[in-house]
Amino acid sequence: MATSSTSGIISPLSVTNMTVAYQKNPVVRNVSFEVNEGELIGIIGPNGAGKSTLIKAILGLQPALTGQTLVYGKPYKTQRKLVGYVPQRESVDWDFPTNALDVVMMGRYGHLGLLRRPGAKEKAIGMECLAKVGMADFAGRQISQLSGGQQQRVFLARALAQDATLYFMDEPFAGVDAATEKAIITLLNELKRQGKTVLVVHHDLATVEQYFDSVMLINGELIAFGPTGTTFTERRLQEAYGGRLTFLKGNPSDEPLIVAGTGR
Amino acid sequence: MSGFWIMLTGALVASCCGILGCFLILRRMALVGDAISHSVLPGIVIAFLISGSRDSFFMLFGAAIIGFVTVFLIQMFQNSGVQSDASIGVVFTSLFAVGVLLVSLNAKHVDLDLDCVLYGEIAYVQWNQISVAGMEIGPKAVWLLGITLFIIVAIIALFYKQFKLCAFDPALAAAIGIPVALFHYVLMGLVSMATVSSFESVGAILVVGLLIVPPATAYLLTDRLGMMIVLSLIIGVISSVAGYYTAAALDASIAGCMVCVAGVLFLFAFLFSPTHGLVTRKLRQRTTATREAY
Amino acid sequence: MLNLFTDPNLQWILIGSMLLGLSTGIIGTFAYLRKQSLIGDTLAHAALPGICIAFMLSGVKSVGYFMIGAIVAGMIATLGISWITRHSRIKPDAAMGIVLSVFFGLGIVLLTQIQHSSYGNQSGLDKFLFGQAASMTSNDVYTMMGVAILLIVACALLFKEFKLISFDSGYARGLGFSVATLEQLLLWLVTIAVVVGIQAVGVVLVAALLITPAVSARYWTDRLGVMTILSGIFGALSGAIGTWISAGTASLPTGPLSVLTATALFVGSVLFGPRRGVVAKLIRRYTAKREWAAEGKGKAGAASSAKEREVSA
Repeated sequence: MATSSTSGIISPLSVTNMTVAYQKNPVVRNVSFEVNEGELIGIIGPNGAGKSTLIKAILGLQPALTGQTLVYGKPYKTQRKLVGYVPQRESVDWDFPTNALDVVMMGRYGHLGLLRRPGAKEKAIGMECLAKVGMADFAGRQISQLSGGQQQRVFLARALAQDATLYFMDEPFAGVDAATEKAIITLLNELKRQGKTVLVVHHDLATVEQYFDSVMLINGELIAFGPTGTTFTERRLQEAYGGRLTFLKGNPSDEPLIVAGTGR
Repeated sequence: MSGFWIMLTGALVASCCGILGCFLILRRMALVGDAISHSVLPGIVIAFLISGSRDSFFMLFGAAIIGFVTVFLIQMFQNSGVQSDASIGVVFTSLFAVGVLLVSLNAKHVDLDLDCVLYGEIAYVQWNQISVAGMEIGPKAVWLLGITLFIIVAIIALFYKQFKLCAFDPALAAAIGIPVALFHYVLMGLVSMATVSSFESVGAILVVGLLIVPPATAYLLTDRLGMMIVLSLIIGVISSVAGYYTAAALDASIAGCMVCVAGVLFLFAFLFSPTHGLVTRKLRQRTTATREAY
Repeated sequence: MLNLFTDPNLQWILIGSMLLGLSTGIIGTFAYLRKQSLIGDTLAHAALPGICIAFMLSGVKSVGYFMIGAIVAGMIATLGISWITRHSRIKPDAAMGIVLSVFFGLGIVLLTQIQHSSYGNQSGLDKFLFGQAASMTSNDVYTMMGVAILLIVACALLFKEFKLISFDSGYARGLGFSVATLEQLLLWLVTIAVVVGIQAVGVVLVAALLITPAVSARYWTDRLGVMTILSGIFGALSGAIGTWISAGTASLPTGPLSVLTATALFVGSVLFGPRRGVVAKLIRRYTAKREWAAEGKGKAGAASSAKEREVSA
């Protein structure tokens, strides 16, 4: 798996031997993979499987026991500008005194350097990104007065403003309304059209096949990683979820129809 | 003239604290400010014992270092699993105890008055003048606080976007390469500086009042961080001026009155803020309800 | 040192400090578990205006009146904190800071009023704030003893109720307990402990008597009963050792020494606590890393052998 770049194109993200332990037992064990450029990749696994932890370790937000991350062939630290990150919505205080446009403009801070302040150009980019997620009308709205879905869209707009080529999204679909879900998926496809690579931590097994090109199944360790059609199978899922899934009887094992998962 | 210097000192203290307090309450570290303002005591005493003088520079230096130590210890205990408020409590009480012990051990050499540390003596500000070439150019406290305010304003203005992002979303800040820990310690260093420059005038505990109350009031009045800082400054200055006159009228502690005025202003904002006030929101609910009824 | 056991005055102080440490340690356990460690600090500062008003109304320095004043002020303060957090977006830590500093500011204003007017002999009033364990008289010790016994008996009687509201107040409400009353009662007990503690160690340090023994005890056990007793023992030990060191020197005050003793016990607990301690954690992390390296791509082996190691250790 480590040398799959047969075409000679450098992979947008290659992770080798990533192991993360909070205390005693590693929550992420020896994960290695390499993603293809321009794909939408779903990271799937049961609660506590280490999905968010894996992303945080890749981004250096969580110290890893072992492991290396290369972004376009170079260490992550030198390539930060190429990487966009959408944290879980609960990770920030939405009572913070700021408005939607301002949050989106924060996405530009990495490009501004040490001392430059955001100006008219950043404002224009911010408005453009808000428009892309259908939030242009809410630019001046205090962020606590936005609905959960709208807050999520502001976060996405902020990631767009980062103008990255490789994106990490931590459960963007968690607890959002149908309109937001649709807006997010349109956006993901738009990013894909631009040749960008997106890794999404995802919980809803029913929509996996519809949304993602590739699937990464994780339960502490990497269970399987590959094209959705061949990877998202009942056997693999049972392996990842440890038999805690219910399937409709009579389905062929290659094309499972999920009825209920143990996800929230 | 004395009234002018006292009000100016109070306004400078309120300004230093008001700016930094905004970041403290947004990062939910209001009580870290409390901890720093108490644990500054041993820093001042040690600086005094080493330097042998009440020179403000040494005191400032000693206090800034002990401020770092405080924050570092709180962080360390938190990382090893102690609840955050418990670790704040353990650290500042221990350091304060060390301070009290050092004072009593060296009672003969230290003319630091514990009462003064706790309550401050802003009324005496004008007696301690700085003179250059025989000319008196103003009270020492005013100069000290002026320089502190200048440093605070300069650093916050230069790195405004970093401080803002670190307060709002430290994970993103770290992901785009902002040294979050460094800015955390810079902020704490500034809080220590502000505390020690202020404590002689208003006392260790009332510094906490000016660190927290005006920013909290501003937080209820606006939805923009920049505006919050400006309002916090204005509220702080109003508190110190109004506090001075109240104290003069009541013949009471000036610093105490300043904090009380700030408290009254907070209560007003809490009840009547146009956007977040308790009464305002109730009234708005009622009007919507009656409109719905028709 | 010998005079500690012969000098009756020192004996009083020793008994007083131990009882104080014991009762604050016990009551502090519940404050800590309710994540209200700093409530002690807030109550201590908020007590000042209550004490001043009690003095202005009564005109005498009496611990009984002071306690009533402090309890009333403490109740208003805690109501204020919950009021602010419930009805605005201000977070609990800031609300605590606001109440603490504004009450203390008010207290100082009242204190200067008292000093500037003719309330007679008020000289002891501000000393009340810094604590004077060394000048405790047998009367003070009797008060302390009474209070300590009251606190211990109350905690023993209401142990199961306090346990429930500390762990899961929503569930307690579901079981039909009057959670609000119990919370208020616990708060009263904390206030009483704080007011007595203020006399011994002063406003700033009294918070330590409530927090430090409780946090230390948490490192040694996972059972509430054991933790409460241990916390009481740590508190009593701190008081005793503090008094003992203080008695051996000429000028060192008892309060800070007791607090620092408690801190030393705390640091020891954080380092060497059997499961949560830093050393234990470091050893676990080290073995995890080594096993990981040794077993290389090992799968379940790491987890199971680590478990064995824990059992044998």
